[in-house]
Amino acid sequence: MLQGKWLTSLFGMMLAIACGGHAWAQGTIKVAYTDPLSGPFAQVGDANLKQMQYIIDYINSKGGALGKKFELVPFDNKSQPSDALIALKSATDQNMPFIMQCSGSNIASALIDGVNKHNDRNPDNRIIYLNCGAVAPELTNEQCSFWHFRFDLHAGMKAEVMVRALPKETTKVYLINQDYLFGQSVQREVKNYLTKLRPDVQVVGDELIPLGKIKDFSPYLTKIKASGAQALLTGNWGPDMNLLIKAGVDAGADLRYYTFYAHLAGGPTAIGTGGDNRVLAVMSFGENVAPETGNKEAEDFTKGFREKHKFDFSAATFRTIFEYLQAAVNKAGSVDPTKIATAMEDLQVKDFLGFDTKMRKEDHQIISEYFVGTFKKGVKYDAEGTGLGWATSATILAKDIDQPNTCKMKRPSAS
Amino acid sequence: MEVFVVSLLNGLVYGMLLFMLASGLTLILSMMGVLNFAHASAYMLGAYFAYTISTYIGFWPALIIAPLLCGLIGAAIEMWGLRRVHRNGHIAELLFTFGLALIIEKVVQMSWGLLPVPYRVPELLDFPLFKIYGTQFPAYRAFMLAISAVMFGAIWLGLTRTRVGLVIQAALTHPDMASALGHNVPRIFTLVFAAGTALAGLAGVIGGNYQVTEPAMAFTMGPIVFVVVVFGGLGSLTGCFIASILMGLIQTFAVVFDVSLADLLAKFGFTVTSSTPFAEVLNVTLPRVGALLPFLLLVLILVFRPRGLMGTRDT
Repeated sequence: MLQGKWLTSLFGMMLAIACGGHAWAQGTIKVAYTDPLSGPFAQVGDANLKQMQYIIDYINSKGGALGKKFELVPFDNKSQPSDALIALKSATDQNMPFIMQCSGSNIASALIDGVNKHNDRNPDNRIIYLNCGAVAPELTNEQCSFWHFRFDLHAGMKAEVMVRALPKETTKVYLINQDYLFGQSVQREVKNYLTKLRPDVQVVGDELIPLGKIKDFSPYLTKIKASGAQALLTGNWGPDMNLLIKAGVDAGADLRYYTFYAHLAGGPTAIGTGGDNRVLAVMSFGENVAPETGNKEAEDFTKGFREKHKFDFSAATFRTIFEYLQAAVNKAGSVDPTKIATAMEDLQVKDFLGFDTKMRKEDHQIISEYFVGTFKKGVKYDAEGTGLGWATSATILAKDIDQPNTCKMKRPSAS
Repeated sequence: MEVFVVSLLNGLVYGMLLFMLASGLTLILSMMGVLNFAHASAYMLGAYFAYTISTYIGFWPALIIAPLLCGLIGAAIEMWGLRRVHRNGHIAELLFTFGLALIIEKVVQMSWGLLPVPYRVPELLDFPLFKIYGTQFPAYRAFMLAISAVMFGAIWLGLTRTRVGLVIQAALTHPDMASALGHNVPRIFTLVFAAGTALAGLAGVIGGNYQVTEPAMAFTMGPIVFVVVVFGGLGSLTGCFIASILMGLIQTFAVVFDVSLADLLAKFGFTVTSSTPFAEVLNVTLPRVGALLPFLLLVLILVFRPRGLMGTRDT
């Protein structure tokens, strides 16, 4: 008898704990985030994570969505598609409505497949894939999916921005890219836009390098010099970009470097003062954009991050992502992924710098403004304490990069 | 010609850096039979120590202190870790050093962060030494060459001309006999392990600012060092030296020659078109696979000459 009572009360307690836990879980909207948090590209994932956390804290202080707060749940994928799929499994097991991933188009491609399959099989437990930086154009063209939303311009759009930024006197360029899905897209797209927009420019060298394997780029520099190139165009990121530019500066090569990612965490430190006025980055945001346009609020927001961390704030797109989520969840009126995905289509949000952006319905590709920054002395906010920072040398508006797409989107049947 | 000379210089610098790392490992491996996975971690520690020390008292003291610190850590690892694990055989040792490498990486990440640290070339050496066909050759690279050359000379003299060196060589081939003659073989092991780790640390000090000092540097440098050691042959410093320079040159020159198997076949009048079987593979150019060539050589040498280039014994 006594034992029975004991069991009942124990059971009651367990039930209470379980319910309590459940109620608490419902209090937040969980966003799974998977990127390399260890291994050679850990610096990229780690920097992303810190910036996202800063942004989420801000969005939550502005009320989150539907009275709930957003919560970030990181998963290390070690730059491996298989590990990203394990993260996806954990996220869906815990009923998370969103999974976010930034680096590696090969991983993104695997995730899109995984998310499609999962959502087909489990109509009552779907998940939306938020792509915060995997930019192979295929992902929103051949492989486009209703469940995938890309919040960064794809490589084709970035390539167009890069080619447009080439000055008139530059007629010989050299291409170096990483040998995988993303690098090959950059290579193809840059050449494509060079022929289209700058037929006078000659590609004197075109190279693919194994991803993250090269420790010494000086032999490449020798080759680049011998080719007579005036500019080096590269989509490299992480150590592959840092070491490349460092080798170039060391060799005293008379080159300008057009990059996609030199502004990301670790880049300015590795480049150093030798890169003054030589390195350009096609970027979604620069810390000097806000003071240059006199946007006090945006300036304070980025300054807040600088004061807390040793590196700079570069992730304006992440803030845009959460502003879209906030708007879409509120518009859908629930945390149901199907409804949110529908609400996100053709959604328009003014980003925090004050520019118009839009989530294109046909292919779920964001159309936003973009900048070209030059790494030089004498800017208000320097990068990583180097004394040099990114001065905005060009601003391209969303409507000018609205490239066509070939997506044939399959939408889920109304249910 | 211009490309050839510059590449030769670059290859030499890279090869010498490899040699600094590999010489310590080859001593440890041939003497104690320990395949030390944590060796490249000492390289990384050397770079990080040098960075921290140089922010306080400058680069030159760091050049001495950082390798010494690494050597002390190496001695501690040997005395309190490896010696105990040694009783349980080679697999246990292997796993021990492997675990150690992972732990060191994590410790470095926790103490210095994931981002690269601004470890820079000292100002005294931060100028182009000479220009060759319009490409600058930084003075720092010449300094690296000098340091590694001096080191090679010192090790070689130490091993062949001093009493300690002779005892080490004796312990290398006949540990039991050396022990029976009254030499303290365990202490020699500690000494060699510490010296090897210190050498790796020294390589880190001068390699860390030549490349980028970041937590992944051990992970990316590790495999190639093993290739050098196995390729050069166990117990042979000369073999290790030749292998290092060879790997440095191979990796440098692989980048320069834009040829593929298809081009080679074309020489024999065989044209590769998109319909040829394996056309994809045949058209891959040398620079794209350059980083893999050392590993190809490793496989080949293990098949055809297991003792390595100048090895004195089979493993």
